[in-house]
Amino acid sequence: MRKLLMPIQGDYVAPRFDLATEVYVARFEDGKVIGEPKTIIMEKPSDEELCHMIIEEHISDVICGGIEEIHYNFLVWKKIVVKDGVIARWEDAFQLLLDGTLGQGDIVLDESDALGIL
Amino acid sequence: MAVLFTPDYLTMLEGIPYPAMILNDRSRIQAMNRLMQAITGYAIENVRGVHGELVVRSNAGNTRGQNYNKVLQTGEPMSVTGDILNRFRRKIPTLYHISRIKDAQQSLGLLVIVEDTTGRASEGDAVENNYASQELIGHSPQMQKVFDMIPLMSQTDASVLITGETGTGKDKIAELIHAESSRARYPFIKVNCGALPTDLLESELFGHVKGAFTGATRNKQGMFKLADRGTLFLTEIGDMPLPLQVKLLSVLDDSKFIPVGGEQSVEVDVRIIAATHRPLREQVKRNEFREDLFYRLNVLHVHLPSLRERQSDIRYLLDHFLQKFNKALGKNIVGFTPLASQILSAYAFPGNVRELRNIVEYAVNVCKRKKISDQNLPPYIFDKQLIVSEMVTTEPESVPDSKAQVKAAVALEPAIGITDGSSGNGNESWGDIERQMIVDALLTNGGNRTTTSEQLGWGRMKLWRKMKKYGLL
Repeated sequence: MRKLLMPIQGDYVAPRFDLATEVYVARFEDGKVIGEPKTIIMEKPSDEELCHMIIEEHISDVICGGIEEIHYNFLVWKKIVVKDGVIARWEDAFQLLLDGTLGQGDIVLDESDALGIL
Repeated sequence: MAVLFTPDYLTMLEGIPYPAMILNDRSRIQAMNRLMQAITGYAIENVRGVHGELVVRSNAGNTRGQNYNKVLQTGEPMSVTGDILNRFRRKIPTLYHISRIKDAQQSLGLLVIVEDTTGRASEGDAVENNYASQELIGHSPQMQKVFDMIPLMSQTDASVLITGETGTGKDKIAELIHAESSRARYPFIKVNCGALPTDLLESELFGHVKGAFTGATRNKQGMFKLADRGTLFLTEIGDMPLPLQVKLLSVLDDSKFIPVGGEQSVEVDVRIIAATHRPLREQVKRNEFREDLFYRLNVLHVHLPSLRERQSDIRYLLDHFLQKFNKALGKNIVGFTPLASQILSAYAFPGNVRELRNIVEYAVNVCKRKKISDQNLPPYIFDKQLIVSEMVTTEPESVPDSKAQVKAAVALEPAIGITDGSSGNGNESWGDIERQMIVDALLTNGGNRTTTSEQLGWGRMKLWRKMKKYGLL
């Protein structure tokens, strides 16, 4: 079983890892969500605390937007699969991850995104 | 009445000497100039219609596009300082200007200009502080030599070749040279020449035209074009495939190139900084690297010493990273136990500063007491006696103060046993390495002390003192 953490903002994957205050956490296996995903509201944005949370929560996968190299390297060093630079609605990004087709730096937007709420 | 001159806005955007973009009334990107594409790392073709804040990820109070909305509503231009986080995971300090514009149909939009203030931030700072902020820490003569060269290398447009083992800070030096140069307000683009297959790397560097190959559905500007007026940092240049080396050489000579599948040449003004951990001269001998390109890149050369060559810096680096991770993780660890210090002093750090940083980060994470003990160090450094042999850091011979090839064998565990616990000791093992280094260099040079001292990067007196110390006289 794998466990995802994704900083989110409005409808989208949060543009910056270090400024996110809302994170989506879900367990999944074989392309299916297991149990009830949860959304955690952080007291204040902090990339260090997010890294700490990722380790504490035994997260295996991270989807995020912009992330600093130092934190990216830290997470990769901790053997966490990080798909960073993703620009997409967070639900779409998660679905692509479940399908096994989400790539690093993917931009997944369509016509309706002209009106999406950030 | 004379007809009003209404210039094409895309041309105007390109004329702005800063990264700039135009957003519509819903803050969606309509156009970006080349500098904006370079600083964000995104090509306009891929992000047209995307919310500006998802691409220019700023911390300037623009969460959920608040600043955009405010300017759209009030019409009052706004300038905010902060930083942006680009696609290459770099945080860049910026001054962020947002102003409202109208098109011919009176529809509203925004002009966003992102000024890179990296160069400005460094003005007036003490040089040492500036380097420390880049985590370039070193009080050893070898590092001082490197620091002394940075201002010289920043004042010219000549190509720079940075050599050094992995983890010695080649990227940081390249960024620093760019940031201190007159090109600082233009892009600094990094391309890893070892990460992509030949065809992809060619397209990445030089761009391609629509239809150049299957899947080339649109024109793509290469990194050379994106780095125009700035600096292109070619890391792992030793891994660049030979066919591309020819093309790179031609760009360096003529300052122009033809994109993949294109017909018209594109002119660029780019300063090249190249880096490699490979012995380039050896590669030239083995016909794996073009000699002419080697000389073209090796106009200025800086060699970053490995941690083994500047052991006196280890203590400073340990303290620096301890403070850094203490702060980051909210801990209050005051230092290292004598045994942990001995182990770290005796360790060879094949991954250099990067490895040292990771070891301290690990230790700070797992340490529950006031001092980091040997129990808090990553287990792998005890796994076996670490043999660092034939760690060759060859420099081009053209450099007058080139250092020796380091052939060292470090036996970690015995060193732990024999050190006396005072700070910086662990020198028993380093002493062995240094003695062997001197012996090897003397053998290579037929006992000639002048050439040996030159090879080791020392003065003759220093060599004499070391030889006396190790009983070689």
